[in-house]
Amino acid sequence: MNRQKRRTGRRHPLATVALLALGLVFTGGAYAAFSTGTAQAEADSTSQQTIEEGKKLFQANCATCHGLSAEGTDDGPSLVGVGAAAVDFQVGTGRMPMQMQGPQAQQKPVQFTDEQVKQLAYYVASLGPGPDIPADHLTNGGGDAANGAELFRINCAMCHNVAGAGGALTEGKFAPALTDVSGVHIYEAMVTGPQNMPVFNDMNITPEDKRDIITYLKYVQDNRSPGGFELGSIGPVAEGLFIWIFGLGAIVAITVWITAKSN
Amino acid sequence: MSTATTNAPQKRSFTAAASVYVNERTSLAGFVKELGRKAFPDHWSFLLGEVALFSFVVVLISGTFLTFFFQASMVEVHYDGSYVPLKGVEMSVAMASTLDISFDIRGGLFVRQMHHWAALLFVAAIGLHMLRIFFTGAFRKPREFNWLIGFVLFVLAMAEGFTGYSLPDDLLSGNGLAIINGMVKGLPLIGTWTSFLLFGGEFPGTAIVGRLYTLHILLLPALVVALIAIHLVFVVVHKHTQYAGPGKTQQNAVGPPILPIYAAKAGGFFFIIFGVLALIASLFTINPIWNYGPYDPSPVSAGTQPDWYIGFADGALRLIPPGWEFVWLDRTWSFNILVPLIAIGIFLVLVAAYPFIEAWIKGDKREHHIADRPRNAPTRTAIGAAGVTFYAGLWAAASSDILATHFSLTMEGVIHALQFVVIVGPFIAYFVTKRVCLALQKKDREIVLHGYESGRIVKLPGGEFIEVHQPLDEYDRWRLVSFESYAPLMIRPNARGRITPAQHVRAALSRWFFEDRIAPVSRGELEASHHDEHH
Repeated sequence: MNRQKRRTGRRHPLATVALLALGLVFTGGAYAAFSTGTAQAEADSTSQQTIEEGKKLFQANCATCHGLSAEGTDDGPSLVGVGAAAVDFQVGTGRMPMQMQGPQAQQKPVQFTDEQVKQLAYYVASLGPGPDIPADHLTNGGGDAANGAELFRINCAMCHNVAGAGGALTEGKFAPALTDVSGVHIYEAMVTGPQNMPVFNDMNITPEDKRDIITYLKYVQDNRSPGGFELGSIGPVAEGLFIWIFGLGAIVAITVWITAKSN
Repeated sequence: MSTATTNAPQKRSFTAAASVYVNERTSLAGFVKELGRKAFPDHWSFLLGEVALFSFVVVLISGTFLTFFFQASMVEVHYDGSYVPLKGVEMSVAMASTLDISFDIRGGLFVRQMHHWAALLFVAAIGLHMLRIFFTGAFRKPREFNWLIGFVLFVLAMAEGFTGYSLPDDLLSGNGLAIINGMVKGLPLIGTWTSFLLFGGEFPGTAIVGRLYTLHILLLPALVVALIAIHLVFVVVHKHTQYAGPGKTQQNAVGPPILPIYAAKAGGFFFIIFGVLALIASLFTINPIWNYGPYDPSPVSAGTQPDWYIGFADGALRLIPPGWEFVWLDRTWSFNILVPLIAIGIFLVLVAAYPFIEAWIKGDKREHHIADRPRNAPTRTAIGAAGVTFYAGLWAAASSDILATHFSLTMEGVIHALQFVVIVGPFIAYFVTKRVCLALQKKDREIVLHGYESGRIVKLPGGEFIEVHQPLDEYDRWRLVSFESYAPLMIRPNARGRITPAQHVRAALSRWFFEDRIAPVSRGELEASHHDEHH
């Protein structure tokens, strides 16, 4: 009757499962602790090593236009005092390094890893004081959407459109769509005024108000229009085109069908 | 079934009995008999007016629903509905009630969207219908007044659309009213007074939504319904036009009778249009006022446009170069506003008056019930193409910013290109269209005289190669030869033996209209060509 004896301890049928679970928890925990550690190291803006790495990247990729120590040339402005936020926005959205001179820097696939972007940002920040990369609580969309929407309509919609669909400026310049921009980048754009955008400093729009604006834009990004397909959210032009081409087009096709038999 | 049989000797069906009952009290039978036997020629382009009519019915039905819930008041409230990004925002009752229709009333958003889409379709269908009438010459005697009524309906439809667009009191509609206010104030002398009269004080004031609502749901719809009724009575009185074909003459109208075939088709067609609009309304957002937020005179969103039918007026304003406003005699003269207003005014007057102008130039007093093929009236078709180009240029200009962003162009480049389209484009369109029409007429002549090219090459006994042409059958030929070719008018002295200046103008215009013309193939020419082919 050996077989019927209940097995306990390390011979318990579930022992392997428990061991496996324990192992996973430890490995996962260790990994989490480790990766948090690197993240902290990465975000260390004062670390000399970060700045050194950034300097190397800068000299290899940016110095042609901005000068060897970011003092600026005829082809690019000085970056002394633009702050980490400006670099994080321009490089982090793929606008820099710029593909070609034009009415404004075009967005393209990001050329650097997040870590390299931060290294570049802190190198430039070390050259002179400027706006820093914003803290998480300001950019995660946890504010008041109604206040943000009102501020957005008053300060931003004339170029970016009320739903953030973008709009035209003069001489081929334009305000880009905000439909898939991250909170951090929206915040950085407001404090640094990239391309043709004006700077909205903290006296003008407080950090909390900026958080509210991001909250509204996140709301628009995350919630589809309650009325159905948005047609690009660009207003009556899209609606007019739609009714002429698809609405009236469909109905004219039906009129042809209705009268087709008699011939 | 057969119950009501008061004075009938034998058993009658319920329908028959009911008909008799109704007829004895209304004498409708004669009317039904007359109307039911009206023939309605069958062609897809003859249904465009119906599209307009049916979408107007959808507008009426959906609009009635909206009046139950919309409140045309500009009293300020704090929004307390279910749309989060507007919670607590100060707005007018009009805006708040429109948001409630959109978010808190069952089916409200669907009906609102249906109302708006149907309105866009209504005006678009009117536009296409007018183009059909114009290019087929269906405005000629005796239908000139009906053209005029249709034109007034088009203007009323635009007015209906604009007043409706302005009612929700959101940012977009307020911006539209701000432009109207600017245009009114741009009128010399009376501008400011008129603006204050319209808005009940300084713009935007607190009266305009209520006033526009009265226009939108009472005055304008009453006028539209009345004019549609007259329009349709005229269609019945004049008979419908038809395209040339065997058996179709100026005296008859060939097609299925209204009862039962045509009525059944039209009834079904109404439900199809209702269905198409319901489908669009349920799938596609229109005028998302929740994005625009309440009206505030300071913000203007990028991509702020009127609905499509007001676009040509907005475009006209956008195309005016800078610097056309100056101070003279202590007053501001806004030619940047006056010039587009005058240009649009002249354009609209020409559209309305065209049937009378053409009739005068032709000196043709006969009735016309056979619709022209556009190529057979080359000058008219070319004038129409020029008008369409002018309108389309202005219309496109209203979306200059959208064109610039979506095609990666500069705004200035778009504006200059459209200025060219509006000013030079009509002339190019005129000449190209006229030449194309004449060429098509020549092709028709060629086909009538020599038939279609069959591609079959035959070697004659003498060694000559010829291509055998496939002759037309009589039905096809009828279509190609039955049109009228007008010769330019001769100047003749009037009863008192004088040639008036008006006569000179008329003769010059007539020469312009009919100098280049292709005559239809005559019987003699046809016989001669057949004679040729037999030898």
